[in-house]
Amino acid sequence: MASVVGVEQLRKRASDFNAGDTVRVHSRVTEGNKERIQIFEGVVIERKNGGLSESFTVRRIAHGIGVERSFLLHSPRVEKIDVMRRGLVRRAKLFYLQSRIGSKATRIKEKKK
Amino acid sequence: MKQIIGRKLGMTNIFTDDGRSVPVTVIEAGPCSVVERRSADRHGYEAVVLGFEDAKIKQLTKPMRGRFEKLNTAPKSVLREFRGASEDVKAGDVVTVAGFAGGDRIDVIGTSKGKGFSGIIKRWNGSGGGASHGSMIHRQPASNGDTNAAKTVKGSRRPGLLGRDRVTTLNLEVVRTDDERNLLMIKGAVPGPRDGIVMVRSRIKGGRP
Repeated sequence: MASVVGVEQLRKRASDFNAGDTVRVHSRVTEGNKERIQIFEGVVIERKNGGLSESFTVRRIAHGIGVERSFLLHSPRVEKIDVMRRGLVRRAKLFYLQSRIGSKATRIKEKKK
Repeated sequence: MKQIIGRKLGMTNIFTDDGRSVPVTVIEAGPCSVVERRSADRHGYEAVVLGFEDAKIKQLTKPMRGRFEKLNTAPKSVLREFRGASEDVKAGDVVTVAGFAGGDRIDVIGTSKGKGFSGIIKRWNGSGGGASHGSMIHRQPASNGDTNAAKTVKGSRRPGLLGRDRVTTLNLEVVRTDDERNLLMIKGAVPGPRDGIVMVRSRIKGGRP
């Protein structure tokens, strides 16, 4: 099957995070011919699709403006994903955060171990 | 011109070296043996006949057995003719995906998925009639043409069998090949269902192959 081809590209590192978690994504950015690591930190609001095309979206408030970035989970451009905080949420997609304003309204409880 | 026969395995996506995700169709192609060279002198046109996937000897007719014996190759069950001159192969040769490389431009020929007896909307991209307000024409073929003609002109668009045709997709790009597993990874979709037989050749239109 065709999946055989992709498996070797699947990320072996743990992609152990879910919607609600706060993560720090280290992605490789090419500017001209220079490459550097860019860090994007925020709350994971969704994980979507499966297999090689699995992606996730991170939302943060930057200078008062909501910014969302989605990454392909298995992309070689995504260098590293650090989980900063585990969130306790009751749904898989946190799109309700998009219509909330203010730090108190967008709070997510921390998951107790 | 390069050519090979393969079996479509399915689609997935792969990441290129610079990190882009590319949708690809994976084709298990070859190894094929060259069964015959057709020449302008003898057959009236230039062509190469390739054989793919081994056949059981008892399934072949005696004349076919004789041909494979003469070539000294394993009998093949899938035979396909590729039109056009190809000087670099001769009968008895083996063709593998090693002849292809990433970046090559190719055409893929396959048999499209059968859709059965289909109406005009699916088959001819008709727009259909109104859904409500008393419209009694929903997905029907409406007009059959000129009433003064007093007959329906041949070739008018009617419902009927759709699909299972020979379809050629031109100018696709080979993204990657895998010589060990005989795989061709081609950017985008190719005609036919999974496990369908496809013919792959260098592109015949648009600049250098």
